[in-house]
Amino acid sequence: MSQKPTFAAIAFGLAIGFTGAANAAWQPAKPIEFIATAGPGGGTDNFARAVQNIVTKYKLVEQPIVVVNKAGGSGAEGYTYTKAMAGDPYKVVFGTSNAWNQPMVSKVAYNYTDLTPIAAMVQDEFLLWVKQDAPYQNVQDFIKAVAAKPPGDVKMGGAQSKDTDETLTRMIDKAAKVKFVYIPFKSGAEAAVQLAGGHIDAHVNNPSESIGQWKGSTQRPLCAFSPQRLPDGPKVTATQNWHDIPTCVESGLAIPQFQQPRTVWLPGKVTSDQTAFYVDLMKKVQATPEWKEYIERTSQTDTFLTGDAFNKFIKEDIERTRKVAADEGWLISN
Amino acid sequence: MENLEALMHGFGIALSGNHIFLMVIGVLLGILVGVLPGLGAPNGVSLLLPLTFGMQPVSAIILLSSMYWGALFGGSVTSILFNIPGEPSSVATTFDGYPMARDGRPTTALATAFGSAAFGALAGVVLITLAASWVAQVALAFGPPEYFAVYFLAFASFIGMGGSPPIKTLVSLAIGFALAAVGIDTVSGSVRLTMGIDEMVKGVSFVVAVMGLFGIGELMIAVEEEFHVKAISSKVEWREVFRTLVGLPKHGWALLRSAAIGCWMGITPGGPTAASFMSYGIAKRLSPRRANFGKGEPEGIVAPEAADHAAGTSALLPMLSLGIPGSATAAVMMGGLMIWGLNPGPMLFVEQKDFVWGLIASMYLGNVVAVVLVLLTVPIFAALMRVPFFIIAPVIVIICTVGAYSVSNSYLDVMLMMGFGVLGYLFKKLHYPLAPLVLAIVIGDKAEDAFRQSMLMSKGSLGIFFAKPLVTTLILLGVALLLMPTIWRTIGRMMPRSEVKP
Repeated sequence: MSQKPTFAAIAFGLAIGFTGAANAAWQPAKPIEFIATAGPGGGTDNFARAVQNIVTKYKLVEQPIVVVNKAGGSGAEGYTYTKAMAGDPYKVVFGTSNAWNQPMVSKVAYNYTDLTPIAAMVQDEFLLWVKQDAPYQNVQDFIKAVAAKPPGDVKMGGAQSKDTDETLTRMIDKAAKVKFVYIPFKSGAEAAVQLAGGHIDAHVNNPSESIGQWKGSTQRPLCAFSPQRLPDGPKVTATQNWHDIPTCVESGLAIPQFQQPRTVWLPGKVTSDQTAFYVDLMKKVQATPEWKEYIERTSQTDTFLTGDAFNKFIKEDIERTRKVAADEGWLISN
Repeated sequence: MENLEALMHGFGIALSGNHIFLMVIGVLLGILVGVLPGLGAPNGVSLLLPLTFGMQPVSAIILLSSMYWGALFGGSVTSILFNIPGEPSSVATTFDGYPMARDGRPTTALATAFGSAAFGALAGVVLITLAASWVAQVALAFGPPEYFAVYFLAFASFIGMGGSPPIKTLVSLAIGFALAAVGIDTVSGSVRLTMGIDEMVKGVSFVVAVMGLFGIGELMIAVEEEFHVKAISSKVEWREVFRTLVGLPKHGWALLRSAAIGCWMGITPGGPTAASFMSYGIAKRLSPRRANFGKGEPEGIVAPEAADHAAGTSALLPMLSLGIPGSATAAVMMGGLMIWGLNPGPMLFVEQKDFVWGLIASMYLGNVVAVVLVLLTVPIFAALMRVPFFIIAPVIVIICTVGAYSVSNSYLDVMLMMGFGVLGYLFKKLHYPLAPLVLAIVIGDKAEDAFRQSMLMSKGSLGIFFAKPLVTTLILLGVALLLMPTIWRTIGRMMPRSEVKP
């Protein structure tokens, strides 16, 4: 009996060794730079460092890895830098959907087509949050209360301008036929504190941005912008976990899905061997228990989009954002 | 008194051989990154972070926060000896610290700075101990209008400070605002003032600006007046260190006032930079030796240092209780907290008592360790001042170049730094104050964001700044400070007239 697992293990090891050998067409020969397009402590920074830790721990790459933060210009600094590094396979940039959305609404010096897509590895979820002692028990109550006030009286906070948070706010406006005034802050964490202080009425933070405040009973989620409820898990408050929060569609707000992909890119003009190496590397990262732990800790959704599937996802996301951006008059004329 | 009990429990945790060892290591590494070019507290803490993953959260935070204290003290060293402030909050220390060191009293300057800083830090920790449960409420009262009011107060106190003609201060502030606006605008999301240089989208870094303005600018002045730069004859004496420390209570009033300003600015999210500037300004206004400020007046070192450390220390409280990191270093530490599986927020004080009170107790001990270590090394640092100018000058150029480059590995920053050097030189020659320029670069865009967020909230009505008692008080205080010079001048003009009449 004891031989079987051993045999399986050997076979598994061989298989991994074999795939490793098959992909060994290109191997890094000098230190690799991970560029996080967000400041230390932000979601994208945590993402890049989680990947770095796993790669280092399992020695998936022989070369050392350095994480560099290039957060200036809402991430544009990192992308612009990577664009200038065309052909250099030792720069890996970590970002979100702003890689393709930011150039649409802002005159930055790059476009996502200047980069080589590797993968979308995680989808961060969005929820609608209100202050703990707000009178609304569900989305319907809240929307009714917003509709009863003059347009622009109810304040929705969020991170950055014309990025995911504001796009989602405008989608809520449309779906529920209301009008929020959107107040942009530097980060979701800042918006969360403003909500706790009662300076704004709602925000659409990711789970990890507001879990502390939910635990501390200063704010609570009304619904999740996901096709099904978030996965079951340990209780966050005394009585509830993420799975207890209804989806927005379920509670009558017709936005079936809104997620923030966490994306990995190389500079443009790298070879297909180099691209394949990093796609494979990220797959190996995703197979580790540490990755599972990262996903759970941040309450995100695991995913792995690469190649055509990733391109299709980008196209669809651009389509959707462009619609909102066009209605709001955000599109820049290049 | 519940808090005192918890604190005693905290000391029980922090006072283990292991933790004391971590404190010494942390402080020494901190002093090192504080003194070394291009490495600040945030970088140092980031580099150390991966080493803490295997540790208990308490041990990890003790190591990281000790490094922070060490770096804060180390930053004062470069401000005083080389006129290169490592952090925005130590800019004000250069105003009197550097002249004093240049006049041959580096030991006195350093000892004064460390002594006052220790007092400020102590005040901050005592405040945290006593007010831990209450403080979160104060910080929560701060919405965009309140933030704007605090920044307004900082700017106004500068214009009213009376050191330079208000119009020159205004010009300096305005240039700073323009520089702070470079890059992506938070409120509209559009790119501003990049002059067609793609990379400028990241904005103008504070480090690049101060390296040029103070480091290079001062160097050019020194080169011009080379023969005025004295070879410093200081005998480094331990007795001088002790004499200075014993003499500190002479400035008791200034110490208390500065620590109070620091604590207030630390809890309310004004931050250490605004605190040190404001404290310096007020000290200058109230001191009978006003004319001595800027020429090596001890109180000019006491005021910013005590306020800076009081604010830096008490600013950890909003990070722990609300999850608002007050500084880049606090942001890195907060990232660490999350990785260790802790969620900063009000519940931290309830769920993680050991962690919170262990940390607070370690703040007392860590600062004591830091002061002892840093005082022991004062003579070594002071000896640096005896190195001849022709060696120091190129070293300063190297420090500034490496420092500017390492901000984001960019040559553009090195060019900018040189440009700021020229600007700093011109400012000095034309007697324009540099401090308002730096202040505006650091908090100008925050003030702008807060103002525009307020306008969005009120649909464009300025009434929002007078809607609540807190914000109204802050704004009125700011206006009073702003009008001070004019009022005083008017009174001054009336006085002689009334004397002439009878």
